[in-house]
Amino acid sequence: MLFLAHWWDLRDLGNPVAQFLEVLNDHGPGWLPYVASALIGCVAIVLFLVPSQMVIVWAERRLIGRIQARRGPNRTGPWGIFQTIADTVKLLAKEAITTRHVDRWVFWLAPILIFIPGILVFAVVPFGEGMVLADLNVGVLFLAAVGSVNVIIVFMAGWSSNNKYALLGAMREVSMLISYEIPQVLTLLGVVIFTNTMSLSGVVHWQDHYNTWLIFLQPLALVIYFISASVEINRSPTDIAEAESEIVAGYHTEYSGIKFGFFYAGEYFAGFAIAAVMTALYLGGWTFWGLEEWVPGWMIFLGKLYLLFWLFIWARGTLPRLRADQLMAFSWKFLLPLTLVNIFVGGLEVLLWQENDLSAGVVLPVFAVVNVALAVGLSVAWARFLGHARPDLRPRRALLVKELGAIVYGQEF
Amino acid sequence: MSVELTHYLIVGAILFSIGLYVALAKRNVVGILMGIELMFNAVNLTFIAFSRFVESPQPINGHVFVIFIITVAAAEAAVALALAMVVYRNRSTIDIDQINLLRW
Amino acid sequence: MDDTGTVVAFWILTIVTLGSALSVVIVRNLLHAVLSLILSFVGVAGLYITLSADFVAVAQVLIYAGAISVLILFAMMLTPRTARDNAETFLQGPALMLAGLTAATIAGVAAATDWSEATRGPFATTAEAIGEALLNRYVLPFEIASVVLLVAMVGAIVLVRED
Repeated sequence: MLFLAHWWDLRDLGNPVAQFLEVLNDHGPGWLPYVASALIGCVAIVLFLVPSQMVIVWAERRLIGRIQARRGPNRTGPWGIFQTIADTVKLLAKEAITTRHVDRWVFWLAPILIFIPGILVFAVVPFGEGMVLADLNVGVLFLAAVGSVNVIIVFMAGWSSNNKYALLGAMREVSMLISYEIPQVLTLLGVVIFTNTMSLSGVVHWQDHYNTWLIFLQPLALVIYFISASVEINRSPTDIAEAESEIVAGYHTEYSGIKFGFFYAGEYFAGFAIAAVMTALYLGGWTFWGLEEWVPGWMIFLGKLYLLFWLFIWARGTLPRLRADQLMAFSWKFLLPLTLVNIFVGGLEVLLWQENDLSAGVVLPVFAVVNVALAVGLSVAWARFLGHARPDLRPRRALLVKELGAIVYGQEF
Repeated sequence: MSVELTHYLIVGAILFSIGLYVALAKRNVVGILMGIELMFNAVNLTFIAFSRFVESPQPINGHVFVIFIITVAAAEAAVALALAMVVYRNRSTIDIDQINLLRW
Repeated sequence: MDDTGTVVAFWILTIVTLGSALSVVIVRNLLHAVLSLILSFVGVAGLYITLSADFVAVAQVLIYAGAISVLILFAMMLTPRTARDNAETFLQGPALMLAGLTAATIAGVAAATDWSEATRGPFATTAEAIGEALLNRYVLPFEIASVVLLVAMVGAIVLVRED
């Protein structure tokens, strides 16, 4: 690694920061560099998140428009680029109504606390070599723990609104979140089995050392984590908590103005957090097989992050919304057995590898091929076993309603 | 000013006594459960404090014990809440002053 | 442990934990009491981190603030609206005395003992050591704990079933 330690070497953003901290150390008390580095890290994360969110909201609306065969926003500036600013100004100018009998403290706290899980995840994610705010030894478990606090906050928002539909949305949301927490944590465990370390920068170093990405060794885990994590942040096709056509707006019905803006922004922050975790754990983080000596590692990381977020946008534009019971059946009956088999197979492979002291260059491609084959084979076989992937449910062309046996109104029968 | 084992033990003691008061004096069954969880937390804190500060051949024992306590607390909370549900279904009250069929 | 950061963190976390535990006692609304309880769980997790117990701290947040709190919130929804005022029973006075005496006894003994063997340093990492202990020395309690969880799950479902 050719990291020169000049302060203008932006391939490692820690270089200018280290220079600044040395200046502080010479001119201030002993604890100042520590506090200053923590503050700089936090400010940097927020400075990354907020502009990203503003750009991505615009990009999402344009892209979903194209997926739905229409243009996105194109009135507020060329190609509608000021749309997010217009939305924010509108939300700030709206009256933030507080209904009469809400539980005031909890009602006011919920939109503020909704940011916490999304932003906390970024404390452990490595943006580049050595660019981690807090390199925890139990980073992977920290991700699971922080995501599980989301349940409480959503419940707080729904309960304090003094509104039946809000409470209904909150209960659907809570049931969905706790159902998908287990596949999420178990797929993260699949990563830890291979890399023998729970710290995210350790996982990225493992992928750098063995010159592979964990997506090849744990493809099923990546897909399952993608699905469960996108459920955890209420994105379509699983946004039953805020289904606009079903229960008004779910747990944020009673929130208007900038409080709704907080919920909306919090959803995007959580989406970034999940994309960052997937990049760091499965897609090699800031490594790109040698490209990181010229292109800064954090640029590679951000590129992969936005690419994964494009997958989220694509899923939202394409898939219809799932019903609550379909969602929970999918998690408990389909995803959970697959994750357990994934852990078992992963553990077996690592055991074979370590006990026989085989060389990684031979063993890892074999594991990759076996795991990819197992991922595809197991998913299809399990779906067929559960009765979901019947051939007659996959039509080759659009079917008329009356061919499927439904009654069309006005039809003579 | 430094933080020693005594500070953590005193924090644990105060937390335990608050939990004891909640478990003994609340009228709602859910309130009693909250007191029990506070007592579990106080005990866990004491275990971890001892494991951190006191020399022993196997210092990780404290942490292992705490993991087991957390596990059993989770199982016990589930069963206690199931019992509370059944009691509510049969007596249509959840006030322990009125669930007194066993009183002499 | 006498570096400034740990001392400041300890005092802030102690105040948060004990304050939220006291507010479980004092507030007159069951939802606020449960939320204060969740805050005290997170405070205790912070105290674990000052004791360099990182795995247990994260497990505490994951299990207590993530799962047991949801259980308690669901149970709170079951209580009738009249009983959600977090009132005390008629045994309030004796309970207060007992709690006070317990605190005084334990804290008094802790302060009066000579903890001169308390000389260990912090742990480097705990997750690996916990894993080894759970699977080598304590594998039998580990398996029995999983059976306990299974029995609790099945028992709770059987109790609540409606037939």
